[in-house]
Amino acid sequence: MSAGSIPSGSQIRDPGYPTPSENYLTNSKGILSWMFTLDHKRIGVMYLIGVTTAFGVAGLLAMLIRLHLFQPDGMIFQGEEANNWYNQVFTLHGAIMVFLFIIPSVPAALGNFLVPIMLGAKDVAFPRLNLCSFYLWVFGALFFISALCASGLDTGWTFYTPYSTTTDSSVILATSGAFVLGFSSIFTGLNFIVTINTMRPPGMIWFRMPLFLWATYATSIIQVLATPVLGITLLLLIAERTMHIGIFDPEYNGDPVTFQHFFWFYSHPAVYIMILPAFGIISDLISVHSHKRIFGYRFIAYSSIAIALLGFLVWGHHMFTAGMSSLTAIIFSALTFTVSVPSAIKVFNWLATMYKGSISLTTPMCYAISFIFLFTIGGLTGLHLGTLATDVHLHDTYFVVAHFHYVMVGGTLVAFLGGVFHWWPKMFGKMYSELGGRISAGLVFAGFNLTFLPQFVLGSRGMPRRYATYDPEFAFLHQMSTWGSLLLGIGILLAFVVLVCSLKYGKRAPANPWGGATLEWECTSPPPFYNFERAPVVGDPYDFSNLEWDTENERYVTIEPEREVVPEEQPEAAPVHAEDSN
Amino acid sequence: MSAHAHSEDAHSEDGHSNDGHDFAHPMSVQTLLLVFFALTFLTIVTVAQSNFDFGAFEVAVVMLIATIKAILVMAFFMHLIADKPFNAIIFIGSFVFVGLFVSFTLGDSMMTSGSFEPEIDLVAPAVAEQMEVRVDGAP
Amino acid sequence: MSTIEASSEVAHDDHGHDHDHLPFLAHHFDTPEQQFDSGKLGIWLFLVTEVLFFSGMFCAYAIFRALRPEVFEGCSQFLNTKLGAINTGVLLFSSLTMAWAVRCSQLEQHKGLVGMLAATLSCAMIFLGVKAIEYSHKWGMGLLPAGLFFYDPNNPHPADQPNYLIYICLPFAIALVGVVVWLVISVITDNAFQVAVAKPLTVVCLSFFVGVGLGMVLESGGEQHVDVHADPDGLAIEPELETLERENAAAIALSGAMVPVDESVLKRLSTDVTNSGVLSSLNAFEQQNLTAGSSVVMNEDEILGGITTTEVNVMTKRTAGVFFSIYYCMTGIHAIHILGGIGVLVWLLVRAVRQDFNRQYFGPVDYVGLYWHLVDLIWIFLFPLLYLIR
Repeated sequence: MSAGSIPSGSQIRDPGYPTPSENYLTNSKGILSWMFTLDHKRIGVMYLIGVTTAFGVAGLLAMLIRLHLFQPDGMIFQGEEANNWYNQVFTLHGAIMVFLFIIPSVPAALGNFLVPIMLGAKDVAFPRLNLCSFYLWVFGALFFISALCASGLDTGWTFYTPYSTTTDSSVILATSGAFVLGFSSIFTGLNFIVTINTMRPPGMIWFRMPLFLWATYATSIIQVLATPVLGITLLLLIAERTMHIGIFDPEYNGDPVTFQHFFWFYSHPAVYIMILPAFGIISDLISVHSHKRIFGYRFIAYSSIAIALLGFLVWGHHMFTAGMSSLTAIIFSALTFTVSVPSAIKVFNWLATMYKGSISLTTPMCYAISFIFLFTIGGLTGLHLGTLATDVHLHDTYFVVAHFHYVMVGGTLVAFLGGVFHWWPKMFGKMYSELGGRISAGLVFAGFNLTFLPQFVLGSRGMPRRYATYDPEFAFLHQMSTWGSLLLGIGILLAFVVLVCSLKYGKRAPANPWGGATLEWECTSPPPFYNFERAPVVGDPYDFSNLEWDTENERYVTIEPEREVVPEEQPEAAPVHAEDSN
Repeated sequence: MSAHAHSEDAHSEDGHSNDGHDFAHPMSVQTLLLVFFALTFLTIVTVAQSNFDFGAFEVAVVMLIATIKAILVMAFFMHLIADKPFNAIIFIGSFVFVGLFVSFTLGDSMMTSGSFEPEIDLVAPAVAEQMEVRVDGAP
Repeated sequence: MSTIEASSEVAHDDHGHDHDHLPFLAHHFDTPEQQFDSGKLGIWLFLVTEVLFFSGMFCAYAIFRALRPEVFEGCSQFLNTKLGAINTGVLLFSSLTMAWAVRCSQLEQHKGLVGMLAATLSCAMIFLGVKAIEYSHKWGMGLLPAGLFFYDPNNPHPADQPNYLIYICLPFAIALVGVVVWLVISVITDNAFQVAVAKPLTVVCLSFFVGVGLGMVLESGGEQHVDVHADPDGLAIEPELETLERENAAAIALSGAMVPVDESVLKRLSTDVTNSGVLSSLNAFEQQNLTAGSSVVMNEDEILGGITTTEVNVMTKRTAGVFFSIYYCMTGIHAIHILGGIGVLVWLLVRAVRQDFNRQYFGPVDYVGLYWHLVDLIWIFLFPLLYLIR
């Protein structure tokens, strides 16, 4: 639909603005009202603050890594313990990013806020469990902080045996933290599955749900099925360290590769926990900012479920060089190819949605387009790694590092930022500076590519990962990568500044700043604490035909054609045919 | 049936009988007791079968009886037989994933265990004594 | 799901819900059935996570049993089948009482509900009591996870071991004392509600010691502590018999020898290579001893005319230690789940005495029931896999 003025003679439906006693941010005051809140929106905001903090800490660790690698002999850590320090830095960077940021970010921070509202519901199915999930996240974070302050962690975020069972760093503290975080993840997923199953409004059949909800549902399936296996793996690791149960120890007829099987059975589906919600965000972003119905709705919905299920069949591709039997390796390689198909289907559908759409290059759209580009590169390089013959050479090199950063940072982080920019007006009722937002998107895109594109080359030329020093032949590419990381850091910092400043200086946000057709745009910005006064009428979530841009108020409004409710003419006293009868 | 004010709930239509208020399906005591006795009987069978040697099928027989007991518990005690099928699907489905996990990991372990070092355990004390005597007596 | 029809006169500030006449219906649900269905789906999903959680240990079990079946056979004899079977029966009965409790809550039979919950709790406590005996007995013998394993077949019951049973029973004894004290106080202060709660809880706490007593009675009679030897080929001679045979063989060999019997003379003579007769006699002597000391091979296909097998000792850290690692992990985590279940059931008991449940709101009883049945299910699989390996 084109942006224009509202056609004359039509009625506008717009929820308006909330009063302070309705606004969920202000309806009750005091720190306790936040600490013991059962409001899913407040819990979402607390998660947002938490994951952002974790991201900041782990991001600084990443900067430390890149600065250290500026020189072949290492620029930051010197002396005897240099390598040990480096090991700790990359381990904690990975562990904090994976467990405290990426896995909870979209489902917990955005999902908690949006899922009930997109369903027109008052809250999630189990609000107290939701709060419990948040506090479990906090406890997990505390465990990690204490591991940091105690003897650190130097095993790599993957905790491979036998090093993790014999090193004297704080493995037990960190694995306990990851165990607790696992339960946070499980309960969030459980909550969402039940909410989406039992609390959909009348008229919202499965295929009338926004695709963000399909993505959340698929993610939750993985969370519920895979995370417990991580739980038992970490528990067995703790038992091994304390009681020497011997399962992973060759001295006791055990096998370290068994640990890797146990670990990756969770951790591979975990990467789909990281990316599927991002897919959901992008589906909504592309559609709304192209003002065009999403192309291939059913294909995108089915592909989300397909990825969730196929993702459980491929964990062995992390272990091609670990010592599995060759038959197992071949089977896993073949299965890995299948899981790339649903993702490719999604990318085609997004591009087809953009084609002949009326694209507004808003900040969320800039991030969404970045996502498509960056995720495609990440996904395609995954094929190099899924192919057994090439993976044998590329495993444990910088190629792998570049691949997973493309999908996790270029994919999930970019989509997360896009989602935050897209729903920020809804969550906090403020519009941010579009110029600042777009610049941040550009800086993130440029900085990210400058950081990680050289790493593909580094990896294929033989630079191993997790190494603190390297041969001088790799120096130029490493330096390019480090400069890129500084640019990326500035871009992300700018995004943060733009958003935080909007809280104070931003314009008041209308209910529907972007012209979305899903239910969350039918309540005020920010929503009232009860979400909807009465359950909203469910329409097609991607039908933008009756949304118009109201230039005067800088908002999108739903248009209804003028209807005559009360007839203007009085009916005649006598019926029309009265004089005709006989 | 306790008296219940229907007021606003009278027009809440959700397609179920009794307006979503009478949804309990109590199991009969007879069913519960029958299932319990069946389970006890199967437990006795399980213990008894250990006196027979089934060779390679040992584990299979034992797991079969255990599975039958499990199905009885799931269908009756856990009420799956009268529940929404979705609940049964997700629960049985979880065993599919368990099977996937165990089969791949166990299979890989079996295929690679032959390449491990030989299993050198301590020799039995009786034979160890023998070796000692031999050592003493040998040149 | 139903539509919420709020009247249009409701002021903007008033939130649009009007169902607070049902105190047990949460504000975000429309009908009690929706609330019940949501909770049901939620608990089934939780049970899915529990199944996946235990799957890791079942996988480790499968790997080790496939790798070293003889170890599992040897060590399973240390697990008292009688106690295991009783525990199985107790848990099955507790499943029955739990399912019955759900029925009582659905039919609003409040007294029956309390009784059934108390019965379930008592069975759980008996289970733990028997487990306490099993565990403390094994710890005293040194049958521990691989890293801590110190079982010695020559000294199976070392005297210097602390009395682990007392340590395990202590918290339960404290709980029992606490509950009895609470009962007495509530009787004195005439608080009917507290009496109604404390009475069943006293029975529950006592049941733990019933379990301990049961375990004590049966443990001493049920186990075989023979020196366990793994026998890959099938038939072995009893150790005592072996010694006798060995001595006989030596005596026969020596009596039939044409050379002096004195061993020191034999040794001196054998140092000279030219004494081929002595050397071959000594050789034959050694062969006979070794043959007498190893397992008898009945299968003629396997006879190679010499030593074909040596017995291996499975009671080492590397072998039995791993079996017990898996045993303790599986039964230990299962016992932790029983403890968790006991906690939740006590909470349910208190609510049941308060008559919180009715025919439209019995969800919590149903959900805890499902959890309890899962705990029983896991034990149904654990029992034959651990206790009945022959």
